[in-house]
Amino acid sequence: MSDAIRPLIVGAGPAGIRAAQVLVNLGIRPVVIDEAPSGGGQIYRQRLVPDERSAKDLYGSEAAKATNLHETFAGIRDRIDYLPETLVWNLRDKAADAVTGHRTRRIAFSHLILATGATDRVLPFPGWTLPGVFTLGGSQVALKSQGCAIGEEVVFLGSGPLLYLVAWQYVKAGASVVAVLDTAPFSAKLQLIRGLFAQPSVVFRGFRYAAELMARGVAVRFGVQPLRIDGTARVEGVVWRERGKEHRLACDAVGYGFSLRSETQLADLAGCRFIFDERDRAWRPERDGAGRTSMPGVYIAGDGAGIAGADAAELSGERAGLALLEDAGMSVYHARIGVLERKLACISKFRDVLESAFPFPAVWANGIADDVTLCRCEEIAVGDVRAAVRDQGVFELNRLKALTRVGMGRCQGRMCESAAVEVLAAACDRSPDAVGRLRAQPPIKPIPLEVAAEGEAA
Amino acid sequence: MSRTLHRDVAVIGGGLVGSSAALALRRMGFSVVLLDKGFCGAQASGVNYGGVRRQGRPPEQIALSQRAHAIWPRLKDLIGIDGEFVRSGHLKLARTGAEMASLEAYAARVADLGLDLELIGGNRLRERFPWIAGDVMGASLCAGDGHANPRLVSAAFAHAARHAGVDILEHTPVSHVEKALDGFHLSASSNTDIKARFVINSAGAWAGPFAEAFGEPVPLYAIYPSMIVTEPLDVFMTVNIGAEGGGIYARQVERGNCIVGGMRGEPLAEPDFSRPTGSGAVTIMNRAAALFPALRHAYAIRFWSGTEGEMADRNPVIGFSRTTPNLIHAFGFSGAGFQIAPGVGEVLAELVRDGESRTPIQAFAIDRFARTTQGSRADNGPEPKSRETAQ
Repeated sequence: MSDAIRPLIVGAGPAGIRAAQVLVNLGIRPVVIDEAPSGGGQIYRQRLVPDERSAKDLYGSEAAKATNLHETFAGIRDRIDYLPETLVWNLRDKAADAVTGHRTRRIAFSHLILATGATDRVLPFPGWTLPGVFTLGGSQVALKSQGCAIGEEVVFLGSGPLLYLVAWQYVKAGASVVAVLDTAPFSAKLQLIRGLFAQPSVVFRGFRYAAELMARGVAVRFGVQPLRIDGTARVEGVVWRERGKEHRLACDAVGYGFSLRSETQLADLAGCRFIFDERDRAWRPERDGAGRTSMPGVYIAGDGAGIAGADAAELSGERAGLALLEDAGMSVYHARIGVLERKLACISKFRDVLESAFPFPAVWANGIADDVTLCRCEEIAVGDVRAAVRDQGVFELNRLKALTRVGMGRCQGRMCESAAVEVLAAACDRSPDAVGRLRAQPPIKPIPLEVAAEGEAA
Repeated sequence: MSRTLHRDVAVIGGGLVGSSAALALRRMGFSVVLLDKGFCGAQASGVNYGGVRRQGRPPEQIALSQRAHAIWPRLKDLIGIDGEFVRSGHLKLARTGAEMASLEAYAARVADLGLDLELIGGNRLRERFPWIAGDVMGASLCAGDGHANPRLVSAAFAHAARHAGVDILEHTPVSHVEKALDGFHLSASSNTDIKARFVINSAGAWAGPFAEAFGEPVPLYAIYPSMIVTEPLDVFMTVNIGAEGGGIYARQVERGNCIVGGMRGEPLAEPDFSRPTGSGAVTIMNRAAALFPALRHAYAIRFWSGTEGEMADRNPVIGFSRTTPNLIHAFGFSGAGFQIAPGVGEVLAELVRDGESRTPIQAFAIDRFARTTQGSRADNGPEPKSRETAQ
């Protein structure tokens, strides 16, 4: 029976690995494709080259989870078909096109589990394209994967739990962190008290990060409105407004981001129905509690299904794997399903708390100046979007793309879509959900022209 | 609450043909309503390759094509933008001796039609266009041809028409159209009824049912030309490239992206949308990398595809209905409508105003298919060569 079941799992982070583990346990051999050279995803990303750092150095309080996940993946390696450094660039009719270097192959599957994760949500402001400005996730990758800091004097800026985590990791690693500038007011953090009941350890960990940062002399500011990043050839300082007054700090690098956004292009190519998630302020694939999408045989887990963090990713990956087995008529351990769903529900409640503690800076879209670059790939400014609304009556995102080229470049909107939605919605006086979402097209990321096809592509 | 609009002309379909016709009619003083089931210019008119070329068209299209040729350099005055139109020239490559012979035969056939084609041998071609690699036997250059940006041009025609006073109703599909004693009655969504003296059926790949409703079934099929786009590169491709026999066409925009087509995509479950196939895209990418060494290390950053109407004989339908007075058809441009569309718009406006056009369009009559099935094949020029040929 299991011969007929040939699942494809896209992504080898916490969700993808746990999903693979569940399948392997019942004798099913999935194909696991991941863009990174080794498993772990973004959160438990491994070093490119071994160095003297321990798991504790790399992952801090999450070292045990990281180690466990890496060991799990190593333990099932000979029972899966693992394709690292491979990009799924197209999906169609139960087949995926996957490129490894300059070779692309078509991989047929019976079931699909998408564990594609998330990237930083980026909101442009003056100076954000200067060399020396990184996303929070990018700052973390530099540290974890390559063992280097993004600068000598670093400022972290934005919102979301990652802000404090990355700053703390930098301090722990011996980097010089000048300041943490949180766009949310301090009062928002009081919301976390509500979260004590749901996830006490997470809340305490967060407070510990903040406390340790302050104890080491890092300036932690709340209610910050970023005004600009100064610099000519590269970052020289950050200027912000706080309680009506302008402040400036010198620095040579800035890590910033405003929570995360789900990577959903493959779900779109797979034909999954999308819904607008108010909490994430974004469209995401519709799914049931087990990770089933609207497409039979297509499952989704982890942050690619809506932002919920690494612990939820592990749980939802396992749950999606079990759902696949259930749907394939195999018997699964129902008590475990109950445990998973209860834990996921608990984390989901806690996400509500986190969102109120790290609220989206909704005023951003109206405050941002016309001349700020919105779409970096195509060099389109905020004012170009407003002009398209004013002069051409644009009120829909794909139309905006067609008329202005926003989201048409290398990143295909992965970096600029969130901000474009906010600017467009504000300019045409609609809600973010009402302006729609970019239709995904292959390739979801750039692929080489001189690619050799093994067999027919999809 | 329902409303009824009374207009001289109702145009069904806001592609480049419908929009340019609406604009021309409005400037003649007619009252015009234009309806589109989606956004104007969002289908084939807006997502085609962007070739602005006369070369390679069957001789019966050249007069119309020449008329459009005069319009393209005037876009800025006409619609407010130049649409990134570049008179780069169109270079059609021959990869075999037979293809070169075919180019020569074509040049002879259209010699009197003003295309000023220049036949170039292999050695000379390598000197003048050293960025083209491989066993190219020769080429035919039409220096006056070029390319433009369809996604801007088509929307701008609609925008200009609206500015000139055309009622443009987007997201308003026409559910029913009939001819009554007092003219045409159209029912559209959002409770809009329209009464018009003339109807122009310029609904592209969706035009078939409207023709059929008036007793004029046509062999119209949907095709899905698909393109790949590279990252921006140093500009090297100085002309719009085509190939005799099809298989590849390519142009490079000022920003540096190369746009390469030559294969077909497929419709999605929701058939108004289509997507390139993976294998089609890889085929185009490989062909491009083989033909242009500068692309050997380039990346494709996006693909696109769109829905286009194709006729069995690859000529469009343009002209009055044979069953219904004051009904005018203009559709089925078969992957080669972009360049001629602004000229077609002027022709359609003349048909409304004068009952005839100064540009010959007899070859595009809708009843040519009926005649064909009765045994006397209409003279439509050569058989289509390759189903992959477009633009």
